[in-house]
Amino acid sequence: MTLDLGQELKDDFPILSHKVRGVSDLVYLDSAATSQKPKVVIAAESNFYTSTNATVHRSGHELGELASAAYEAARENIARFVGIEPGNLIFTKNATEGINLVAYAVLNATLLAKSGDKRYNKLAIGAEDSIVITEMEHHANIVPWQHLAQVTGARLEYLKVDESGRLDIDESKFSKSTKIVAITHQSNVLGSVTDVAKIVRFANKVGAMVVLDACQSVPHFNVDFKLLGVSAAAWSGHKMLGPTGVGCLYLNDELLGELPPFLLGGNMIENVTYESSTFRSDNAKFEAGTMNIAQVVGLSAAVDYLKNVGMNVIHEHVRELTGAALKGMLSMPGIRILGPTDLTDREGLVSFEVDGVHPHDVSQFLDSKGVAVRAGHHCAWPLHRKLGAVASSRASFYLYNTKEDVDVFLAALDQIRDYFKVA
Amino acid sequence: MNLDSLYQEIILDHYKKPLGSGLQDNFSGEAFHVNTSCGDEVTVRVLLDGNQILNMTHEGVGCSISRASASVLHALTKEETTETFHVLLDNFVDLMHSQGKVVPDEEVLGDAAAFAGVSKYPARVKCALLPWMAMKDAIEGAGNE
Ligand SMILES: Cc1ncc(COP(=O)(O)O)c(C=O)c1O
Repeated sequence: MTLDLGQELKDDFPILSHKVRGVSDLVYLDSAATSQKPKVVIAAESNFYTSTNATVHRSGHELGELASAAYEAARENIARFVGIEPGNLIFTKNATEGINLVAYAVLNATLLAKSGDKRYNKLAIGAEDSIVITEMEHHANIVPWQHLAQVTGARLEYLKVDESGRLDIDESKFSKSTKIVAITHQSNVLGSVTDVAKIVRFANKVGAMVVLDACQSVPHFNVDFKLLGVSAAAWSGHKMLGPTGVGCLYLNDELLGELPPFLLGGNMIENVTYESSTFRSDNAKFEAGTMNIAQVVGLSAAVDYLKNVGMNVIHEHVRELTGAALKGMLSMPGIRILGPTDLTDREGLVSFEVDGVHPHDVSQFLDSKGVAVRAGHHCAWPLHRKLGAVASSRASFYLYNTKEDVDVFLAALDQIRDYFKVA
Repeated sequence: MNLDSLYQEIILDHYKKPLGSGLQDNFSGEAFHVNTSCGDEVTVRVLLDGNQILNMTHEGVGCSISRASASVLHALTKEETTETFHVLLDNFVDLMHSQGKVVPDEEVLGDAAAFAGVSKYPARVKCALLPWMAMKDAIEGAGNE
């Protein structure tokens, strides 16, 4: 018998031997919220503290040199993993901060332009401009743009999700007034994958920047931001086997040069006097204060782990599990799947409703069988309202899941309507 | 931990046939509460005569725990005083925060004692409390008018 990928890797993830409520084997199907961590990542973070810890780019002592070298080597490794130069990578605490960084930097540019600084006229936005996002965004890629629109007077427009749960990339939403297009690479509710190349083509025609929420894509398949041609991309380390507390932001050369800083303070400055300050012009401009150094080093170990297993292998494995879950769920009475029901342009996770049983009760029942799924609106409340669901349950898969995990999940799911006497 | 200790028969019965469901037109106070982590919502209306609760009705969408809790609350508070409601509320809140370590006083709490198992599941405590907190606000709102 050949082992499936999940069986092969299971021992690398100590937490997977956790007994749920003291009795059940853990079937962890909540990786879209956060992934579990392999031993090598935990060790990398721990080793950094035991052998290399110092702050970076400041100290002349040996540990300072070692820490700086580890931090920059991690930057290089993570940048190459997504097809970009290390100089275009900025570390943040998570994707949410990355998206906020761009939105607030545009707001700062708008304020600076208003105060007469002509360098920022191009980036400044106002009442005659529009920001285009989509109906399937996570709150992290809605709320910052809503705020930017509100305070600048810009219009916020939405690309629609069609009946099948896929994005309708309607070119008529793109006009000369469009300044920013912010989209998710893969929906964390529907699983549908955005045709980013098409978005970029339409955005380029009207001269808008494209900000990509890559939270659900980078962990799951090969992504090359330069090839995709986006202006910016944000994602979180904790969803790709890395530690919490570290996220990444890609800015292309143009934005890196033109965007004013978001957070101000130490490290990001060129010169400070009592009267005024000037800022660094490279990526350091966006890394104010002491950074999450150990977590960055941990994330680099996660990237090594993913590369070792192979992103194509991971992608295929997760597709297989998703396909098996979809197939089993489609043949079950009383299950409604949110999002595409086939594997075309959809990946990695399945959100669903169980007729007559609330998602909280669904996840509680599954938990009693050791199966961890997410219940709620998954930080996509407007999308749930559009789909006519208060909330949903979501099973998401990753490299350490097995075919058996899917079977345990399906068997438990099949009992729920009986348990709550709604079958 | 046994799932049946959470989903007591009483709770599932109330969930299936909720009492006081559907909002009354005649009311003294109203409150709308949302559980921001899951989107569950409930609207509670109270009809008061002085400190006397004549009727409490509710409407909403939510899990079995929050819906059953509203139903139980309707039955418990019917024709009781607002003072009694606050005694019940204090009792129920204490029970919910007991992490399964307190034996509920069935004399006082009636069907609400069946929610004792909820206190072992911290994520669900909010569900059980949702209609109680809404009713508390509805009564306060009535006092302000
Ligand atoms: C699509 C998407 N965008 C943004 C986020 C926000 O990520 P974080 O909470 O790590 O900032 C998530 C994760 O919850 C997500 O799935």
